[in-house]
Amino acid sequence: MDAFEFANPTTLTEAIGLLGSNWEDASVFAGGTDLLALLKDDVEETKRLVNIKKIGSLHAVQNVNGGLHIGAAVTIEQLLTASDVRKEFPAIADAAEGIRSPQIRNMGTVGGDLCQRPRCWYYRNGFGLLAQDKDGKSLPAQGDNRYHAVFGNDGAAKFVSPSSLAPAFVALGARLSIEGPKGARETSVEEFFTIPQNEGVREHALSPNEIVSEIIVPGESRGMRSATYEVRHKEGLDWPFATASVALRMKGATVESARVVLGHVAPKPWPAAEVEKWLAGKSINEETATKAGDAAAEGATPMSRNGYKVQLVRVAVKRALLAAAAKGVA
Amino acid sequence: MADYHWPPANHREFIGQRIKRIDGPVKSSGRAKYTYDINRPNMLWGKMATSPYAHAKIRKIDTSAAEGMTGVKAVVSIMNEGDEVLWAGQEIVAVAADTEERAESAAEAVKIDYDPLPHFVSDSDPQTAGSEHTKQLEQRVDGNPDQGFSQADVTNEGRYGIPVITHCCLETHGQATEWDGDNLTVWSTTQNVSGMAGEYASGLKEKGIDIPAANIHVISNYMGGGFGSKFEADTWGIACAMLSKKSGRAVKMMLERDHELMVAGARPSLHGRIKLGAKKDGTLVAWESETYGTGGPTAEGTGHLPYILAVPNASVKHTAVMTNMGPIRAWRAPNHPQMCLVSMSAFEDMAAKLNMDPVAFFKKNLSLAGDRGKTYAEELDKAAELMEWKKKWHPRGQSGTGTIKHGLGVSMHTWGGRGNISNCDVTIHPDGSVETSLGSQDLGTGTRTVINIVTSETLGIPLDLVKVNIGDNKYPPAGASGGSTTVSGVSTSTRRAATDALNQLLDKVAPSLGAPADQLEAGQGKIQVKGNPAKSIPWKQACAKLGATSITGKGATSADLMSSGVGGVQMSEVAVDTETGVVRIVKHVSVQDCGLIIDLKTAESQVYGAAIMGITYALFEEKIMDQPTGRCLNPNMEFYKLAGIGDIGDIVVHMMTGPGYDDRGTIGLGEPPVISPGAAISNAVANAIGVRVPELPLTPDRVLTALGKGGMA
Repeated sequence: MDAFEFANPTTLTEAIGLLGSNWEDASVFAGGTDLLALLKDDVEETKRLVNIKKIGSLHAVQNVNGGLHIGAAVTIEQLLTASDVRKEFPAIADAAEGIRSPQIRNMGTVGGDLCQRPRCWYYRNGFGLLAQDKDGKSLPAQGDNRYHAVFGNDGAAKFVSPSSLAPAFVALGARLSIEGPKGARETSVEEFFTIPQNEGVREHALSPNEIVSEIIVPGESRGMRSATYEVRHKEGLDWPFATASVALRMKGATVESARVVLGHVAPKPWPAAEVEKWLAGKSINEETATKAGDAAAEGATPMSRNGYKVQLVRVAVKRALLAAAAKGVA
Repeated sequence: MADYHWPPANHREFIGQRIKRIDGPVKSSGRAKYTYDINRPNMLWGKMATSPYAHAKIRKIDTSAAEGMTGVKAVVSIMNEGDEVLWAGQEIVAVAADTEERAESAAEAVKIDYDPLPHFVSDSDPQTAGSEHTKQLEQRVDGNPDQGFSQADVTNEGRYGIPVITHCCLETHGQATEWDGDNLTVWSTTQNVSGMAGEYASGLKEKGIDIPAANIHVISNYMGGGFGSKFEADTWGIACAMLSKKSGRAVKMMLERDHELMVAGARPSLHGRIKLGAKKDGTLVAWESETYGTGGPTAEGTGHLPYILAVPNASVKHTAVMTNMGPIRAWRAPNHPQMCLVSMSAFEDMAAKLNMDPVAFFKKNLSLAGDRGKTYAEELDKAAELMEWKKKWHPRGQSGTGTIKHGLGVSMHTWGGRGNISNCDVTIHPDGSVETSLGSQDLGTGTRTVINIVTSETLGIPLDLVKVNIGDNKYPPAGASGGSTTVSGVSTSTRRAATDALNQLLDKVAPSLGAPADQLEAGQGKIQVKGNPAKSIPWKQACAKLGATSITGKGATSADLMSSGVGGVQMSEVAVDTETGVVRIVKHVSVQDCGLIIDLKTAESQVYGAAIMGITYALFEEKIMDQPTGRCLNPNMEFYKLAGIGDIGDIVVHMMTGPGYDDRGTIGLGEPPVISPGAAISNAVANAIGVRVPELPLTPDRVLTALGKGGMA
């Protein structure tokens, strides 16, 4: 880790002014649970850390016209304990609970969960995000890909999106507010994530001089039957193998519309669009949930060591649907 | 002739009780100083430049940039131009600077050019590895295997395996070193306090620095785990002392976590095919095994099978595979967990094929376990009772229609554990305080507490009157703590030293009690005429009779107070999610004997800890090597997975004590209870899901593959 400057802005405008036009110029520092390790391990370099924790406006969880407005520097624990998240947006609470340990929930932030870098072990061992050898061949493809992508991996990117909350946000139709030198812009969480095809390109739509300031879960998602199911190996301090976040708009006992979004199986949160369509008009029971899980696994393109994740996708979707259906009436 | 024998059960005040470890408060409050905590005046930080290649020749080393950096005080070469690197992470240059950050930057600034050579890091079979990477270590025939198999009613063949794992010590390897003229002080995290001076003397001599071992002072008061990986000075220890010498300053150099996991210790793998033959009644009659494993660049590991049950007609073949995955070190009960896993899995598969309860199957074959058969039989019964085996067990695979399948597994293990060489001084001061000094070390097992208990028991005084001095090579020399040898070494030498010190004291006290010294006894904080409490003198008053001079009794390891050879039985209950392949430990029962137990509490703690360590390697641990890059992919606590509190289930420990056990004297305990968990858990999973998951760790990937759900299906 090289020496860097540490900046403590108190307003968003000031913070944005401290960022640069290249990723190496400055890094946005919130909980630091990922960034500090990246710097210490020399995976990333920075000339300046811009601490956004002193910016008061980024710390609130607010109910605005029924919608949930979450400041980017809100901690996972704060989100989890915010008054109506567990009851009204269960998919988010489930996902937040999956962030184990308490230490990470206390330090890590919602914005940080979305912007953290992938855990691909080639990337973390210094081989670059796309991890190609000198002939341009993918290291994960020829090496050990047991934790890598089974969807969206036809290009150069083989890593999986590490965000716990993103699939739940996508399922609930959340949007992001992004502040930059030219002011604020908004994008859906779904469109925020991208799959890079060249080294040096990030896995999201942020520019080096922009900051995610707020996540907005729309009022119409309040009270939807939703859930996140994570297939995990260890109870704590471990990444899930595969997750599914689902949100169901019900009409009586049948599904009017559904969102089914997979996590940890593709370089970005991965909506299972065909399953979403198929679920419309169905009621959720063991049989339909199983079929939906099977359908979600269709089209998977596992690599040499990660075929098992396809099965885990089936289970995650099935169990998330059954959990959502069992939750409170919308 | 002094009587050194252990007191009989009805005369024991402390021995065998559950006594809290005496260093618990200093450890839990952070006051205990580990090597990592040592800070000396003007101390420098050491860091190392290491090889990114798993196999390469060093073409050129240029340290000029590093040497010119601010704060850099010394640079020393560990390897030289022309030397061959044999694993990624091998140390090449060490630097010392006035801050940790500057040392790190300087290590990064060392420019090393390599000529990469072909590497081989795969834990693969001998055919895939090729002859240049293999060496046959064992080919043995017992009895007549062909005849044995022809007499068998049933044969079964299976594949089993256990990968390379690391030691993953909580405190990484390292040391602080400081020269004062011709003298060197080393604060080291080591299992070998008394032997470490010689290690440094010879290591430094190789580097052209002559220092007698007598001038080297080694201190290791507290350490965060060794598990067999901390016996030597190591390249970093010698380099650190050289940096100190060159800079004239104290230097601290501890391994980074990634480096620790890459180079500072690993356990060899063991994989292979085992064929068994048995009679219909379960009697084992034939064994055939063809195994292989890797332990790094040299031919290491063993397939000296079968384990525990010496099947009469056996054909055994084992091949070592040499790789660039990094060196191995002794790992808690070297080779036993691996041999146990493959053997007990094969035995349990045979029991399942015969449709026999494995407990009955093992009992049927205990005549093959030598003179420990009776111990295993008693332990099988005790474990079965604690597990409620009879109530819970079902034939393999008959675990109901639900998604979550429960299953039970059993395993047996053995270990030696004879005491090492240990010397002890027990000094009684005129004020009644007592010091017990040994050049031994406490790896975290409770050695201090055990020494305290034996001293107090022998002198008949409260625990807090005794000060235990260990962790320093200026105390009487003691053997390294390896092979579960410490408890017997220190207990028997302390018993003898304390008895001799007491006898000296009794001589002084005898006139005032009007009885000859050999008619006196110590106990309950006083000295009295045997069987006559009316004629007694309190401990402190007795010690006051020493006048101005303290007395010291000396003792050494005593063979007639200890013995060797233990047996253990473990049973595990698991719940397997057959849709996800996730294995959860429901309950794990460890039944263990270790002769006379000095402290029941720390003994039980050893067994709990071993169960957790064993559950960890059964479910999670693997040093994952990557053939394309030659690197370890998981040198971190994120993907080198260790069990947490939520992953270990309900652990039940039972120590075998009483007649038949206590009267054997002390026997070591550190290693045996970590041997069986892999096998017991693997057997429980097979019982639950109806098929064997051949390889540890039992990950969802492997469980689903065994269930035929591993791919797109």
